Amino acid sequence: MCGQMHRGQKSEEHRLETLRETEVLVIGAGPAGIAAACSAAECGRRTIVLDDNPLPGGQIWRGKEDPNATKWLSRAQRAGVQMIHEAQVFAAMMNDTRVVMAETPDGLCAVRSPCIILATGARERFLPFPGWTLPGVTGAGGLQALVKGGLSIEGKRVVVAGSGALLPAVAAYLHEHGANVRLVAEQTSWLQLIAFGASLVLRPSVAMQGLGLIPQLLGIPYEAGCMVTAAHGEAKLISVTLRHGSRTWQVDCDYLACGYNLVPNLELPVLLGCAIANGYAAVDEWQESSLPGVYCAGELTGIGGVDRSLIEGQIAGYAAAGKQGKPKAQALWPQRQALCAYAERLDRAFALRDDLKALATPETIVCRCEDVRRAHLDALAPGSWRMAKLHTRCGMGACQGRICGPAMSFIHDWPMESTVSTRPPLFPVRMETLTAAGLTERTAEKTGEVNR
Amino acid sequence: MMALHPLGSETVYDVAIIGAGIVGASCADEAAAADLRVVVIESRGIGGGATAAGMGHIVCMDDSEAQFALTHYSRELWRRLASELPPDVEFNPCGTLWIAADDEEMTEVLRKAAYFGARDVRTEVLDTTQLARLEPNLRPGLAGALLVCDDAVIYPPCAARFLLERACARGAAMAHGWVEHIDSRNPMVIKLSDGRSLRAAKVVYAGGAWTPELAPLLAEGFPMPVRKRKGHLVITDRYPGFVRHQLVELGYLKSAHSVSADSVAFNIQPRTNGQVLIGSSRQFGDEGSTVNPAILTRMLERAHEYMPGLANLTAIRVWTGFRAATPDKLPLIGPYPGDARRILATGHEGLGITTSLATGRLLVDQLIGRASAIPVEPYWPKRMDKEAAHAH
Repeated sequence: MCGQMHRGQKSEEHRLETLRETEVLVIGAGPAGIAAACSAAECGRRTIVLDDNPLPGGQIWRGKEDPNATKWLSRAQRAGVQMIHEAQVFAAMMNDTRVVMAETPDGLCAVRSPCIILATGARERFLPFPGWTLPGVTGAGGLQALVKGGLSIEGKRVVVAGSGALLPAVAAYLHEHGANVRLVAEQTSWLQLIAFGASLVLRPSVAMQGLGLIPQLLGIPYEAGCMVTAAHGEAKLISVTLRHGSRTWQVDCDYLACGYNLVPNLELPVLLGCAIANGYAAVDEWQESSLPGVYCAGELTGIGGVDRSLIEGQIAGYAAAGKQGKPKAQALWPQRQALCAYAERLDRAFALRDDLKALATPETIVCRCEDVRRAHLDALAPGSWRMAKLHTRCGMGACQGRICGPAMSFIHDWPMESTVSTRPPLFPVRMETLTAAGLTERTAEKTGEVNR
Repeated sequence: MMALHPLGSETVYDVAIIGAGIVGASCADEAAAADLRVVVIESRGIGGGATAAGMGHIVCMDDSEAQFALTHYSRELWRRLASELPPDVEFNPCGTLWIAADDEEMTEVLRKAAYFGARDVRTEVLDTTQLARLEPNLRPGLAGALLVCDDAVIYPPCAARFLLERACARGAAMAHGWVEHIDSRNPMVIKLSDGRSLRAAKVVYAGGAWTPELAPLLAEGFPMPVRKRKGHLVITDRYPGFVRHQLVELGYLKSAHSVSADSVAFNIQPRTNGQVLIGSSRQFGDEGSTVNPAILTRMLERAHEYMPGLANLTAIRVWTGFRAATPDKLPLIGPYPGDARRILATGHEGLGITTSLATGRLLVDQLIGRASAIPVEPYWPKRMDKEAAHAH
């Protein structure tokens, strides 16, 4: 019994040490998060960034020498931003004192901050179709990330499919790394792309990044109005079936990189209590959410690429810095306006076609974690995400519905936010960390009273 | 899929059941089997309340003779039903291990063994070594345990759905909506918030912890002695074989008995897919569904004391739920004092999954004048009148 008491006391001190204090806390070290941290820190605010990756840069700047990334990262360093890597935020306390809890390889990391900037980015949306769980089938950005992580794609035959401005960029990247990209299959029609393309004249820098220009220059066929209806193979992928209107054909390949646009990582904003509108975090002109002192920037508020994320991040960072930063934030509003208009155009241009809802057959697995097949869901007609989870266990696995949630939201027309997991832990965590988080909350409450 | 019978406004149902949790589902199943015309009114989806939040432990209890009779009888009904349950109900006859930490608790093991033994409940008394062999992840040096062999574990939401589907196949109707008003004419008229109304000779209140919110619909003068008792649960990723039985500390009895204070106890359950469910906590007065970190931490610390290896497992979800608690730890099953057309089926606290089948059976016995396998009087709501009288 004595031993336990002793251990308890020791960890109480340890908790006080692990409870860090800051003035501005940024979640996410992608472009929006880094820009936010730079702006807040340059205004003299003590700033900490928590990021789940081993290196800063987010998905977009991961593992490449981007001069823009280098510029922003060294700026953050000069401004004295403290970065904590491999820190996965899983819980938060949001009463009088605000503490964000993250799990790191060293255990719990808790940060108290009156002001929080969320820049948790976006992830790919996967839609189930026959064969989508075969080895060799990945996300579009997913395959790019694997190659950045060291996977050799040299000489491999790849089909890039799905939807969004990401597809051509991924195709070009894979081509550069020696892949034989056989086709880019974009579900949206040429008609919609052209409507979108016309507006790109106004934004040539993103035009190259976004439209199918790059692959065509590289000799990669780009087919709009085209979708993968099935992936074939036994132990691994051998070929895919494509459909364009009434025409179907088969293409042999080693990889299918398939993702349907990006969906914002709304778990943390929803957990904190930020309002969601039209599938994105709702913010005012200062990037402030419905919760005073909590800001959202980047793809949480709309999918619009690096430039938009950088501007929104800066606005959030300056606004969070208070009086001193606000004029600087305000000066960036016109730039943001143009970029946000572009993001809205992207959403319209790549809006998902209804016939994608029918790709999954009754036998198709819709939830990979729990092996739930479409027929099971359809037979029960659960009517809501919660009932689907309760009665079929769809979305109840380790991914907490991050993969099947957005797919079910699209297929069943359930609101995006209704499929977002909103309870701690937001990510699977070690039981020990979960226990430590509760103890730290207790400590934070006590010391919070002192601090106030 | 459940056939949704059109709700004829002409139909006068024999019984309308408010609530589609496991208790309402069982009542519907039994009523339909007795050829009664049944309608079930659900507002939050099938099994969306305590049925979804609880552990799904089917357990024989011995707090009182009445509790033993109900849990034992209901456990028998579950065992008879087991072969008909679909796979997604995950019926697992894993047994319960009541863990004794020290010699004092070991005397309780022996007392329980004698009590159950005298009533034909199969048990085995385990010593330190035998317990360690059965559950190697428990901390070494525990005094022993009582294995209650025929206890089981199920996944309750799918069990509720199975019972309702069976009721519907026998002609029961389902209505989705909130009950707004019940007119006590003969037959009673139940008005739903969407404007529809249903007519029924009798109404069963099976709203679990939310039954008091239906209380304004009841006659005046009777206290509704059901309170929300909040609980927390944690579920881990898959670790097949980590836990093999439902494990409950004997100290659980102390905490479950304490009617006022917040309490936690080591109570852990293996799921068929290898996930581990970790409980339990009991709180009165906190009616918000958010996770309470302080009590969660106490609960996990307690669990780690018994099973140190838990610290290294990965938790994937935490949630809360509300038990429908009564002052005397027995459910309210039977006619409502003052108006026999209104029937309560609530107050099952932490034993609703276990006792749901018996609740439906006993309730319908009384509806159709059939003899019951066990005395029904101990569960009658009328006893609360006496309690209220005593209090004054």
